[in-house]
Amino acid sequence: MHEFGVTENIVTIALDKAREAQASKIVKINLVIGELSGFVPECIKFYFDFLSKDSITEGASLNFEVAPAKFRCRDCSAVFNPQSAPWVCPQCQSQSVEITGGRELYVKSMEVE
Amino acid sequence: MKKIEIVQNILQANESIAGQNKRLLDKHKVFAINIMSSAGAGKTSLILQTIARLKDKLNTGVIEGDVASTLDAEKVKDEATAVVQVTTRYMPENCTLIANNVSYALKNLPLEDIDLLIIENVGNLICPSEFVLGEHRRVVISSLPEGDDKPIKYPMIFADADAVVINKIDFLPYVDFDIASFQKTLRGLNPEVKIFQVSCKTGEGIEEWCSWLRGEIKASRSLVK
Repeated sequence: MHEFGVTENIVTIALDKAREAQASKIVKINLVIGELSGFVPECIKFYFDFLSKDSITEGASLNFEVAPAKFRCRDCSAVFNPQSAPWVCPQCQSQSVEITGGRELYVKSMEVE
Repeated sequence: MKKIEIVQNILQANESIAGQNKRLLDKHKVFAINIMSSAGAGKTSLILQTIARLKDKLNTGVIEGDVASTLDAEKVKDEATAVVQVTTRYMPENCTLIANNVSYALKNLPLEDIDLLIIENVGNLICPSEFVLGEHRRVVISSLPEGDDKPIKYPMIFADADAVVINKIDFLPYVDFDIASFQKTLRGLNPEVKIFQVSCKTGEGIEEWCSWLRGEIKASRSLVK
């Protein structure tokens, strides 16, 4: 799995931002993860418990907001959330579609004390 | 309790190392391709065929990414100018190469003697799609025995590819692979992608693939001074 490095990055970002805000404890980290991204929240949580030990992130809860898959039709410009593959525009049935959302992976915000 | 707004890409660290890799490659005028596919689609075979065709004019270095073993590195070591093996088995990310692996491998390659760097990623259609390595072109191989539904099942890796090589084309009489349907789905996701039909076994189509690659290397050299 490839969530270890990603979780290390989450801890680094959280610690940097907490330092800037002169916080003494991180209570909650809000993350956005795309429906189409290959990252598994359970894996990130598992590594987080290990990587956050003995720091001000220890015990913080991780909240995952799923960013839905979003496609845009190249023929009629309709934007849609595909229910299942194959990816077909619901308006004009075109198969020429661009992935415009669902690949996100970012730290959105944090709650600190 | 205080809320801090952040909005920071978690993959930024990888992307920044990939950027450093690319600058180092450009400095030495090395053109890099990242070859991705499922296990057994023919990455090593395509690499061997490619080196054999290009070796009169171009020196090729190879980074071999594997979960375990040095089998592929052994196969290419006689053909390539230099090979570095990256074994991911004991690494936190064992299912794909990440920019940091390539950064390490570049330190062990004679970049001044290499024109083309081929990075053979770990056999996997999911994880490598999330990590850029510093490559100039992303290439995906799809082989006939795998079936023609791969762009539907793994859209991301195909959406980002610069070229897709359909390998084992000599299997066409024996498998139900609808090339037109494969191409239609692929072009739907990625209208600009170059598509090649090859057989690494018979050599069919390899020249067309190599000729595209030569063209890309040449075009990039005229951009990088």
